[in-house]
Amino acid sequence: MRVSGREEGLRNLFVRGLAGDDAAYHAFLQQLAGFVRGYLRGRLARIPDEVEDLVQETLLAVHNQRHTYDPAQPLTAWVHAIARYKMVDLLRRRAGRDAMHDPLDEDALFAAPDEAAHDARRDLAVLLAQLPDRHRLPIVHVKLEGLSVAETARLTGMSESAVKVGIHRGLKALAAKVRA
Amino acid sequence: MRTDQLVAMLARGAGATAPGAPQRRFAAALAGGGAAAVVLMVITLGVRPDLAEAPRDPMFWVKLGVPALILASAFAGCTRAGRPGARVAAAAATLAVPVGAIGLLAALALASAPPGTRGALVMGGSWAACVISIALLALPVFAGALWAMKGLAPTRPALAGTFAGLLAGAAGALVYSFHCPEMAAPFIASWYLLGIVVPAAIGGLAGRMLLRW
Repeated sequence: MRVSGREEGLRNLFVRGLAGDDAAYHAFLQQLAGFVRGYLRGRLARIPDEVEDLVQETLLAVHNQRHTYDPAQPLTAWVHAIARYKMVDLLRRRAGRDAMHDPLDEDALFAAPDEAAHDARRDLAVLLAQLPDRHRLPIVHVKLEGLSVAETARLTGMSESAVKVGIHRGLKALAAKVRA
Repeated sequence: MRTDQLVAMLARGAGATAPGAPQRRFAAALAGGGAAAVVLMVITLGVRPDLAEAPRDPMFWVKLGVPALILASAFAGCTRAGRPGARVAAAAATLAVPVGAIGLLAALALASAPPGTRGALVMGGSWAACVISIALLALPVFAGALWAMKGLAPTRPALAGTFAGLLAGAAGALVYSFHCPEMAAPFIASWYLLGIVVPAAIGGLAGRMLLRW
C-alpha cells in the first residue's frame, strides 16, 4: 500500500512537471533522488563510493529522456528500467562483474528512500566547464544563474532558439561525458 | 556539484514536454525513409509493367499485406523498445499473424502443386535479386529508425536495433513488391521474409554498438 501510494504521488508530480509545472517537476526530482539513492545503496553495497555519482547520472538520464515516459505506464517500471540500465552500464564500465549477483527487483525501488546525500566523487560542474561554449553558456546562464532565455540570448549573442537547443544538447553532452 | 544543486539545475525552466515522442520520431523516419526507398525503387528497378492489372490477383494483396502487417508490428515494437520499462512481447507476438498466414498459404500452394513444379514455386525467377533488393531498399528507413531510436531511451539496445531493422526490412519489402512480378506464396514466404530478416539481424548488431546512452 505504501509503495503504491508513493508511486501515485510521484507520478502525479511528474505528469504535472511534463505539462510545464517546474515546481512540481523540482519536487518530483528531489523525491526521486531519495528513492534512487536508497535503491542503489542497497544494490551497490560493495562500491558505496559510486552511489552518489550513479544517483546523479540516473537523474540526468531521467531528465534527458523524460519525453519517453508514457503517462499510461507505471512510473516505477520506467524509472526502474532507467536506474537498472545505468547501474548495469556502470558495472560493465568497471568490469566489476561480482556486484551483478545481487537481485535486481523493481518492487524495491520505492521501498525506502535515502535522503542523506553523500558527496559525489565526480563533479558534474567540472564536466560542465569542459563543454563547448554553445552548450555551456546556455546551461550556466539559464539553468544555474536563472536568467531567462531572452536575457541569455542578449548576453551571449546567440539566438533564442540556439540557447534552447544549447541547453537540450548540452545536457545530453554532459550525460555522454559522464560515461566517457 | 551536489545532488540537490543538480536537481535545481535540471528543474529550472524545464518547461513542458510534448507527449508521443516515440510515435512522432518513427513516423518521421518511416515517411522520410519510405519516400527515399520509393524513389530508389522507381529509378533503379522500375515499377512492374503490369501494375494496372495486378490488383485483380488476390496474391498481389497478400504480397502487400504481409510486409504491411510486419511493419505495423515493428512500429509498435520500436516505440515500446524506445520507452524504458515498456513491454515489447505483445508487439513481437503479433508478428506471428503475417508470418503464420504466408507460411500456411505457402504450404497449401506447395501441397496442391504437381510434384515437379514445387521447386519453381519456391525459387521463382528472381530470388537472389529479391533478397538483395529488399535489404538495399531498407537502408533509408534503417538509417531513419536508428536516428529515431537514438533520440529515445532503449534499455535493451540489441532488441531495439532488431526492431528498427525489422521496420526497415518490412518497409523495403513493401516498396519492392511494387517492382517484383513474383506471385507465388512459397516465393514470398521464403525470400521476402529472408529479405526482411537480414536488416533485422544487422539492426541487432548495430543496436548493440550504436544505441547505448
